[in-house]
Amino acid sequence: MVRILGILVGLGFVGVAAWSLLWGVIAYVQEPPHETVEHAFHEHPESVSFSFDGPFGSFDRQQLQRGFQVYKEVCAACHGLGFVAFRNLHELGYSEAEVDAIADQWAIQVPSVNPETGEPATRKALPADRFPNPYANETAARAANNNAMPPDLSLIVKARHGGAPYIVSLLTGYRDAATYRNGHGDALPAENRPGQGLHFNPYFANLNIAMPPPITADGQVEYGPGNPPATRQQLAEDVAAFLTWTAEPRMEERKAAGIWTLVFLIFATMLGYLAYQNVWAGRKH
Amino acid sequence: MSFPWAEVYRPKNPLMRWVDERLPLPRLVYNAVGKGYPVPRNLNYAYNFGVLAGLALVIQIVTGIVLAMHFEPSAAGAFASTEHIMRDVNSGWFLRYAHSNGASFFFIVTYIHIFRGLYYGSYKAPREMVWLLGLVIFLLMMATAFMGYVLPWGQMSFWGAKVITGLFGAIPVIGEPIQTWLLGGFAPDHATLTRFFSLHYLLPFVIAGVVILHIWALHIPGSTNPTGVDVKTPQDTLPFHPYYTAKDGWFAGLCITLYAAVVFFWPNFLGHADNYIPANPLSTPAEIVPEWYFWPFYAILRAFTVDFILPAKLWGVLAMFSSILLLFFLPWLDKSPVRSGSYRPKFRIFFWVLIADVAVLGYCGGLPAAEPYVMLSQVATIYYFAHFLIILPILSMVERTLPLPNSISESVLHGEEAEAAPIDLGDATPAKA
Repeated sequence: MVRILGILVGLGFVGVAAWSLLWGVIAYVQEPPHETVEHAFHEHPESVSFSFDGPFGSFDRQQLQRGFQVYKEVCAACHGLGFVAFRNLHELGYSEAEVDAIADQWAIQVPSVNPETGEPATRKALPADRFPNPYANETAARAANNNAMPPDLSLIVKARHGGAPYIVSLLTGYRDAATYRNGHGDALPAENRPGQGLHFNPYFANLNIAMPPPITADGQVEYGPGNPPATRQQLAEDVAAFLTWTAEPRMEERKAAGIWTLVFLIFATMLGYLAYQNVWAGRKH
Repeated sequence: MSFPWAEVYRPKNPLMRWVDERLPLPRLVYNAVGKGYPVPRNLNYAYNFGVLAGLALVIQIVTGIVLAMHFEPSAAGAFASTEHIMRDVNSGWFLRYAHSNGASFFFIVTYIHIFRGLYYGSYKAPREMVWLLGLVIFLLMMATAFMGYVLPWGQMSFWGAKVITGLFGAIPVIGEPIQTWLLGGFAPDHATLTRFFSLHYLLPFVIAGVVILHIWALHIPGSTNPTGVDVKTPQDTLPFHPYYTAKDGWFAGLCITLYAAVVFFWPNFLGHADNYIPANPLSTPAEIVPEWYFWPFYAILRAFTVDFILPAKLWGVLAMFSSILLLFFLPWLDKSPVRSGSYRPKFRIFFWVLIADVAVLGYCGGLPAAEPYVMLSQVATIYYFAHFLIILPILSMVERTLPLPNSISESVLHGEEAEAAPIDLGDATPAKA
């Protein structure tokens, strides 16, 4: 009885699914899906190698400091870093006095309350504060940016497919929509060219991004002596490395713990395997 | 419980005797996972995954309890408190990555465990209750995992909650009130998050309770084995301890090593980037996908694209729930008296087709709903339902099965008399085969 009912129910689902399939096939044959412009012109991130790649990779402190400088001088004008505190900059190799100075001189002040009147006020940042957002709220951010919302950058490397290489490609990937040719040599159709306040960037999912090109020239940020030349590529890589740190500040701790955990587990598993062989010796199974 | 030749617990230590006379807990453990539980001697590594699923449950409960100490279940604070765990809690990153990847590993071992049961006919008499309780655990796991994924309150959390509860909205008349009741409002919000947190904390302990019933029911007839032949004599079995504790032990070590490699080196590989974006009810992600372990069911849901008497969406919802619920009827759909797929040549082919089919469903479920993947998932959906509801019932009536071995020991020993003696009597080493 269960089998007969089962077969009937089965025929029902199979029939309806086959009906859907039939209509799908008809639609597919009559009107084959054509590649969208977004798909035809979207580029995957260039591969970029970083010091923190792989299980043994670690951050390059010099690079993180340079990346922080790029963030401070370029990105911070529009983008917050809400999950990172000034005190965390110790981990980049800055001394306590340097961190105090960075917080104290930060261009944007921290919201506060006037202790005498109780009115809203601002004060200088302290090492314990998180990086203040350049805008008071989302409305202010959109009003200042042609109705686009500059996202917080704390987690941006983990919040985008492609991670740090995507950030590098995006920052250096602005192209002139009028002259751009994709891999097949096709020009961007006119209706897909950027509208008012948008900028063509093939690494961005829908090709047109509201952010104006942030890194426009070599040497836009002046690195001190002893650093590599501040080319556009170098600036982009450095800030991508810094943003990897802001997204995953415990990465080095994690990898170090992982190496020792795996050493222990492999050793324990080998002992366990030998114990197993010992116990089962002479028992056919 | 168990076989007549099972060792009887005789405590040597006076303290254990004292305890055992008052509360026979040592006896229970001895009879469940000790020398007092004889197990078929020929179990292969496919049989290790039940223990691994239990281990995964323990890992999830332990890491989850500590995470809950640091987590703030509120729509305003959940995302930030998750980042607080990742950044400021000592080893908080480990707890969170172990927990989020632990869910994936729980599903991996559970799926292998279920497919092992399908191949070796573990659902057949007299183990129907073991199978049914296992399916209850599976459903509870899915509910728990779904609600857990909502808690960090990222974009996928929010939109996943919206889509999944929206499935109930497809039910005519009562659907929308049910959806509103589940969410505690008209859209996922604070009320949703707090109730999901409460249930996410509760259900693992319900799972633990059903696991106890599952193991209890298992220990009445004992495990199946790769031959599917019943245990007949003491030569067919080995005591659980030390034989299977040793085998489970080292294999658990191997699996934990693989799990640890993912947790420490590729912790975000199985996750979705969008869940690192805070939930935003005004911004729908480009594609909404659940976690990978729901992809096969998500593909079935989306395979129904054309209205037929009922709306297509309702067909999808019915099919998705039916794809799991039909497994409850499997012991009565597949009436073949031969348990093991090794002795059912046609069943074996269909079984591997099913594996490939579920893999195809999983692949399609993780992709955006675009052609040709929708057609592919429709073909796979057709096979999925046909396999369980049409092929297995007919196959079990018409299939010619291969001859079974007379006993487990015969299949293992090939007439080697030396070791054919009961395990506690003969200790002679057999000749090298």
